[in-house]
Amino acid sequence: MKKILSMLLAMLLIALNCIGLAACGTEENEEKDEPRAASASQDLSDSEKVVNVYNWGEYVAPGDDGGMDVIAEFEKQTGIKVNYTNFETNEELYNVLVNSNSSYDVIIPSDYMIARLRSEGRLLELNYDNIPNIKNTDERFRSQNFDPENKYAVPYSWGFIALVYNTKMIPEGEITGFADMWNPKYENSVLMFNNSRDALAIAMQVCDPPIDPGKDDFTEEDIERATDKLVEFKECGSLKKYVMDQVFTEMEGSQAALAPYYAGDIATMMDNNEDLDYVLPEEGSNLFIDAMCIPDCCKHKKNAEIFINFMCEPDVAAENAAYIYYGTPNKAALELMDDDFRESELINPPQEYLDKCFKFTNIDDKIYNLMQENFIKACTGKAKNGSKAAVAVILAVMVAGTLFVLALNIRRGIKNRGRIYKL
Amino acid sequence: MKTKKSAYLSPKNRFSLETVKRRRDSQAGIKSKRPAIPYLGWMLVFTIIPLLMVLYYAFTDDTGAFTLRNFVNIADYSHIFLYSLYVALISTLICLVLAYPMSFSISRCSERKQSIIIMFLMVPMWMNFLLRVYAWVLILQSYGPLDTLLQLFGVDVTLIGNTGAIVVGMVYEFLPFMILPIHAVMSKIDNSLIEAAQDLGCNSFFVFRKVVFPLSIPGIISGVTMVFVPTASTFLVAQYLGGDQLMIGDVIERVFQFNHNSGSAIALVLMIVILGFLVFMNRFGDKEAVGR
Amino acid sequence: MKKKSQKIYFGVIMAFLYLPILYLIAYSFNDGKTSVWKGFTLKWYTALFNDAQIMTSLYNTLIIALLASVIATVLGTLAAIGIYNFKGGVRSAIQNVSNIPIVNPEIVTGVSLMLLFTFAGTLMGFEMGFVTVLLAHIGFCTPYVILNVTPRLKQMDGSLYEAALDLGCSPVQAFFKVVIHELMPGIFSGLLISFTYSLDDFVITYFTRGSRFQTLPVQIYTMTHQRINPKANALSALLFVTVLVFLIISNAVSSRKDTEAAR
Repeated sequence: MKKILSMLLAMLLIALNCIGLAACGTEENEEKDEPRAASASQDLSDSEKVVNVYNWGEYVAPGDDGGMDVIAEFEKQTGIKVNYTNFETNEELYNVLVNSNSSYDVIIPSDYMIARLRSEGRLLELNYDNIPNIKNTDERFRSQNFDPENKYAVPYSWGFIALVYNTKMIPEGEITGFADMWNPKYENSVLMFNNSRDALAIAMQVCDPPIDPGKDDFTEEDIERATDKLVEFKECGSLKKYVMDQVFTEMEGSQAALAPYYAGDIATMMDNNEDLDYVLPEEGSNLFIDAMCIPDCCKHKKNAEIFINFMCEPDVAAENAAYIYYGTPNKAALELMDDDFRESELINPPQEYLDKCFKFTNIDDKIYNLMQENFIKACTGKAKNGSKAAVAVILAVMVAGTLFVLALNIRRGIKNRGRIYKL
Repeated sequence: MKTKKSAYLSPKNRFSLETVKRRRDSQAGIKSKRPAIPYLGWMLVFTIIPLLMVLYYAFTDDTGAFTLRNFVNIADYSHIFLYSLYVALISTLICLVLAYPMSFSISRCSERKQSIIIMFLMVPMWMNFLLRVYAWVLILQSYGPLDTLLQLFGVDVTLIGNTGAIVVGMVYEFLPFMILPIHAVMSKIDNSLIEAAQDLGCNSFFVFRKVVFPLSIPGIISGVTMVFVPTASTFLVAQYLGGDQLMIGDVIERVFQFNHNSGSAIALVLMIVILGFLVFMNRFGDKEAVGR
Repeated sequence: MKKKSQKIYFGVIMAFLYLPILYLIAYSFNDGKTSVWKGFTLKWYTALFNDAQIMTSLYNTLIIALLASVIATVLGTLAAIGIYNFKGGVRSAIQNVSNIPIVNPEIVTGVSLMLLFTFAGTLMGFEMGFVTVLLAHIGFCTPYVILNVTPRLKQMDGSLYEAALDLGCSPVQAFFKVVIHELMPGIFSGLLISFTYSLDDFVITYFTRGSRFQTLPVQIYTMTHQRINPKANALSALLFVTVLVFLIISNAVSSRKDTEAAR
C-alpha cells in the first residue's frame, strides 16, 4: 500500500509539473520554451505584434470623456496589441518580476525601485534610435540618481506629496505640515497612507529629532522610532483609517478632514469638492519620478521601445498628464496643457519647495522587511500583555481540550471495537 | 462561505457523518477500495502537504533553521486575535437571536411556502460576498442614505468605520447560514409533538422549552459553527467597513506579503483555535444527542 | 395577532436582506458617482460590457468553474465509492482528512496552497495562474461531492450491481448502468454545488492566482476595495438577476418533479 501511494505521489508531481509548464505557455500567449536567460537576447517583436505593459492602475488616459484612449490609439497606429496589467505598489511589481516567470516588456516603477532593479541587473539598456521623442523630455528629469547615465529609464510622470484638508472642518491656515496630523483635536478624521514606505517617511519627518526619509542607511533604531510615532498617531485618536485610493471617496465625500496624498490627486479631489484645500507641508515631502523601463524578461524589446516612444509624443503625454493630473516631464506636452495645469502649485510647485523635498533611495531587504512588519504593527496598535496572556490561555485550552476529546474518542473507539469482536 | 451552504445542503452534518451508525456488512455496490486511490493521492498533495508546510514555515526562520521567534513575533497581534473572536461572538449571537424566531415561523408554514421562502433567503447568499459588503459601504457612508435619514431626525452619528459597522456587515453576510440549518431541524419537528404537549396542558412557553428548543439544538450548533468560523477568520470585511481596526484574516494576508514564516505562525494559531472550537461544538452536540 | 407580528418580522428580515442589494441596483442607474441622484443612465452597463478585463475574468471564472466542478465530480464520485469500502477507523480517518478543506478557515487553506505552489513553482519553474487556481478549486470542491454522493451510496442496494453482472453486464457496464445511475442525484447536486462555489470563491483564488490571472470575484475586489465604482453596482444588478432567474427555474423544476412524483 505504501509503495503504491509513494509511486502515485511521484506520478502526481510529474503530472503537475507537465501541466504546470504547459499552462504557463498557453496563458502568456507567447512561447515559453526557451530558457529565461536566452529570452532577453531574443527579440520577437517582428514576429509577434504584442507588447506587455505593467503599470500603475489608472495611469494611462482611458478616453472616458471624449479624450484619447491612449492604448487603443497606439494599437490602431502601430498594429501592436497591448496586454495591459496593473500593479498597486512598487513592491508588488518587484515581487512579480523576481518571483514569477511572467514576462513584461514595459514597466513603469518609481525612482527607488528603478535604482534597485538596475543595481540587480534587471533592466535592459534602451536603444534611443527607436525613441526619438526622448528629445521632448525636460533635462531637469534626466540623469537622476536612479539612472545617472540615462541608459535605462524614460521619465513618465513626477509628483510629490502634499496635504489636503476640508475647510468646513478645519479652519483655513490651521494646517501647516505633517505634524498637525498628530493633533488629537481632529478626532477620528485624519487619513494616512496605507503603505509602509510613505507612512513611515511621514512619521520620520515628524519625529523629534527628525530622521531623513531619503537616506539609504536606516538603522533599526530609526525604524523603531518612526514606528512608535505611528503608534502614537493611532493612540492620540486623530487617525481615522489607513487608506490608499479610498482617500478619494473619503475626502471628496467630506468624510474625513485631513489626509496626505500625491499632489496631483489632491488637485483631482479639489475639482470634485470645492470645500477642499491643500497645503505644501512645511517639513518638505517626498518627490517622486515614475519612469518607463524595459525589464530583462522582455521578449518584445523593439515593440517596447515603440510604445515608450509613443508615450513621449507631445499630444499623448499631454492627454495622460491631463488624465492622471501629475506633472509631466515632457516639455512639449506641457506647452499643450492649459494654464490651470501649468500654474497649479500642486503640479508645478515653486523651486524653493522642491529644494526642501527628498527622494526615496533604494534600501536593503532587511531594513525594508522590518519597515513592512513594523508598519503592520503600527496599523494594528500595540498589544497589551493582558491580551497576549489571554491568547496564550485560549490556545492552551484549545490544544488541551482537543487532545482530551481525541483521547476520549480513541478510547471509545477501542472499547467499541472490543464489543464488536465479542459480539 | 462554503462551509455553511454545504452543511445545510448535505443532510448529515460533517461530524455526525462518521458518528452515524454504519451498517455493518453493507452490500453497497462494488467493493473495491481502488477508486479512492486518486483522491487519496490528491489529499496527500493538496491537503496534507500544504498544512505540513504551514507547520514547517511556522517553526522555521527564513534560512530554514528551527525557531520559535515567529510566535514571539506574532504575539504583537494577540489583541487583534481577541478582537476578531469578540466580533465573531457578537455577530454569532445577533445572528442567532434574529434567526431563531425566523426559522421557527418558517418551519410552521406549509411545505410549498417553506421552499419559496428558503429560495428567497438563498438569493442574497449567492451574490458575491464582496458586493454584499460593498452595498453596506454605500449605505453606511457619511452622507449616504442612512446617514442622511438620521440627520433629518437630528441624529448625528458616524455609521461606518467602527466595530458596529463590521458586525452589521458580518450579520448581513452570514444570517442565512444561521437560519437555514436551524430551519432544517425545526421543519422536522412533528406538529403532533407540539399539539400533544399542548393537550397535556403546557403553555406555549413550556412547549417551547420542553419540545421545540431541545429538538432544535443540533441546528443551533451547526448554525453557530457556520457563522462563527468564517466571521472570526474572514478578511476584507473589516477593511471595507471598519476604521483603523483590522481583523486576524487581514493581518494574515498582509503579513504573508513579505514574511511567510510569521504569516504561517498566525495561520497555525488561527487553525488550532478554530479546530478546537469545532471539536468542542461537536462534542457538545454529541452530548446533547446522547442525553436525550 | 400572533400571525401579524410574525408577518412583520418576516418583512423586517427580508428587508434587511434585500434592501442593500436593491439599493446597489438602483444606484447602478445613477448618472453620478456619489449617493446623490443625478438622473437615469445606462452608461455603467455599457462601460461594464466594454471593459475587456471584466469580460476576460468572467470568461476565466466560467472556465475554471466548469472544469473544476466536472473534474471534482469525477474524482469525488470515485473517491466516495472507494472510501465507502474502507472499514471503521480508517474510513472515518479518511473522511476527516477529506473534510479539512471544508472545516478549515478558507484563508488558512488559501495560504497553505500558496505555500505549496510557490515552493513547487520555484522547484519546477512554473508560475501561479490558471492551473494553480484550477487545482485549488478542485481541491475544495471534491469534499462537497463526496458529502453529496456518500448518503446515496448508503441507500443503494448492493445486489443491483450483482444482478447486473449476473445478467451479463461487464463490470464496467454494470458500473455505469447501475452504480452511476443510482448515484446520479447525489452526483448532480455535488456538481451543482461545486460549480457555484467555484464561481463565487474569492479567498482561495486570491492566494493562488499569481499576479496576472483574474477571476470575476478578484475583479470585483479590485473594483471595490478602494473606491466607489458604479460599474460594480451594474455588475451586482446583473448577478442578482442571474441568480434570481436560476433559482426560480430550479425551484419550479424541482416542485414540478415533486408533484409528478406525488402522482
